[in-house]
Amino acid sequence: MTALLEVSGLSVRFAGLQALADVSVTAEVGEILGLIGPNGAGKTTLINAVSGAVRSTGRVTFGGRSIAGMASFRVARLGLARTYQIVQPFPAMTVLDNVAAGALFAGAEGTLPRARSAAERVLERVGLQDAAGRPAAELTLAQRKRLEVAKALAARPRMLLLDEVNAGLNASEIEGALALIRGIAAEGVTVLLVEHLMRVVSGLCDRVVVLHHGRSIANGPPAAVLADPAVVEAYLGHRYAARAAGMAS
Amino acid sequence: MRRLAAGMALLLAAAALLPIVGGPYALRIGMMLAMYISLASSWNLLGGMAGYPSFATAAFFGVGAYTGALLQGAGGPLPLAWAAGGVASALVAFVVGWVVLPLRGHYFAIASLAVVIVLRQIATNWTDLTGGGMGLNLPVLALGPEAQARMIYAAQAVVAVLATLVSVVVAGGRLGFSLRCIKQNETAAGMLGLNTRAAKATAFVLSGAIVGPAGAIYASSVSYIEPGDVFDILLTVEPIIMTMLGGVGTVFGPLLGAGLFLLLEQTVWASFLSVHAAVLGVLVVVLALFLPDGVLGRFRRARA
Repeated sequence: MTALLEVSGLSVRFAGLQALADVSVTAEVGEILGLIGPNGAGKTTLINAVSGAVRSTGRVTFGGRSIAGMASFRVARLGLARTYQIVQPFPAMTVLDNVAAGALFAGAEGTLPRARSAAERVLERVGLQDAAGRPAAELTLAQRKRLEVAKALAARPRMLLLDEVNAGLNASEIEGALALIRGIAAEGVTVLLVEHLMRVVSGLCDRVVVLHHGRSIANGPPAAVLADPAVVEAYLGHRYAARAAGMAS
Repeated sequence: MRRLAAGMALLLAAAALLPIVGGPYALRIGMMLAMYISLASSWNLLGGMAGYPSFATAAFFGVGAYTGALLQGAGGPLPLAWAAGGVASALVAFVVGWVVLPLRGHYFAIASLAVVIVLRQIATNWTDLTGGGMGLNLPVLALGPEAQARMIYAAQAVVAVLATLVSVVVAGGRLGFSLRCIKQNETAAGMLGLNTRAAKATAFVLSGAIVGPAGAIYASSVSYIEPGDVFDILLTVEPIIMTMLGGVGTVFGPLLGAGLFLLLEQTVWASFLSVHAAVLGVLVVVLALFLPDGVLGRFRRARA
C-alpha cells in the first residue's frame, strides 16, 4: 500500500486555542479511514487544514506533493474533495447546477453542458435525480447532506473528505449511505470519514484515528480502537473508564 | 426567448435609424441611453452576477476619458483614442481588482470607492499631464455640429451593443456560471475548484474595458474634461440604480433600467432641478423596499 495523504506535525491555533497539536495521519490509497473524537476534538479543523480552508503549520502531502498552505481551489483540482458538516449549497441554484459546479471547476468537464450531463449521472447515483430541477434551498437536511456528497463526487476526486454526512439520517437512509460510500471506495477513491455514529464507523472503516483535545490518541482497526481505555476515557470520562476497566478485570 | 430576440432586433433597428431620422435632441437622448446601457451592463457583470457591489465605475470612466483625451490631444485618430481608453481602464481594473477583490462585501465596496477618490486626486494634482483642476481641452473635431452628434451617437451605440453582447456571452457561459456560484456561496465555489479571484478579476476587467471607451467618447463629445466631471461619484451610483431598477444579475435588466432611468431623468428631474439628488435618494429607498428584483423580477413573478 502507498500513502495518498500524509499529514505530519500538523498544528492549528485559533487565538488562544490550540485546535490541533502535532497531529500525524496517513491515508493509504483505496482505504476508508475513520476520524472520530468527542465534540471539539479538532476533526473538522483537520479537514479544514488539509483542504486549505484554515492556516496551519506542519507537513501535508497529497499524492507525493506538498499541499500545505495551498489555495483551496488548487487542492480541489489536485483531486482532494470535501464536504461540509454545515452544508454549503448554492441555495438559489438548481440541484443539478450545484453538482455541475463540481464537475465544471474541479472535475475538468470542459463545458457547462458536459458538466450538467456528468452531474445527472452523479445525482442518479446518490438518489437525488428527482430533485434535479429544484432549488437547493428546498431540500430537506438529509437531501442536502447527499447533495454535499454529490458535489464532491462530481469533482472526480482521488480522495474524499466526508464531514458527518450521515448525521440526521434515519436507519434505512443510513443503509443507503453506507452502500454509497462503500461503492465510492470500491472504485479506488480513498475516503476519510468524520463520523459520530459508531455503527457507521465499525461497519465501514478499515482503520480509525481518534482525536481528543487536538491530539491524536489512538490509531488502528475499529474494534481495537473502540476498546482502547484512552478512547473510552476521552468519550465517557475518567471515572467511567476506570469502572469499565474494573468490571473487565 | 423568441419575443426577446424580436425585441432586441427592433431596438437595434431603431438605433440604426435614429441618426437618419432623428433631430439633435433625439441624437442626444440616444447617445445618453447608449452610455447608460454600457455603464449599467458593465456594473452588472460583477455587481449583479457575482454580487460584488463595485463603486469603481467612475474610476474606469475617468481613466478612459483622460486616456482618450490625451491621445486625441496628441493627434491620435479617434477610434484609436477610444479603444486606448478601454485598454487603460481594463489595466486599472486588473491591477486594482487583483488587490481589492479578495475583500468581501462592504469592505470591497469601500475599497472600490476609494479607488475613485484616489484617481480623482491624481488627476487633480498631476497638473503637467492632466491640466489638474483647470481641466483639459480637447481639439475641436473638424466636423459640423450635426455630423459630430451623429458620429458620437454611433460610437456610444457601438459600445452599448458590444456591452450587451459581452453580457449575453458571459451570462450564458462558464464565467457567468462561476460568478453566480460566487454570489451564492463563494467558499463552496472555491472548495469545488473555482479560482474565485481570477473569475472576479475577469469580470472586473471586462467592466473596465466597456466603461473606458464610453468615457473616452464622452470626452470627445464635450471637448473639455476636468476631474470632478469624469470622476463624478454619480457615474458610480447611477448605473447601480439603473441596474436595480431593471433587474440585478439579468442580461436585459440593465437595458430596461437604463431606459427607465433616462425617462425619469428627462421628465421628472428636469422639473425638479434643485432637488435632483433628493429625488435620486427617494428612488433608491423605494427600489430597496418595493422592487428588490427590479421591474424585470416583478414582471417574472407576476407571470409565474
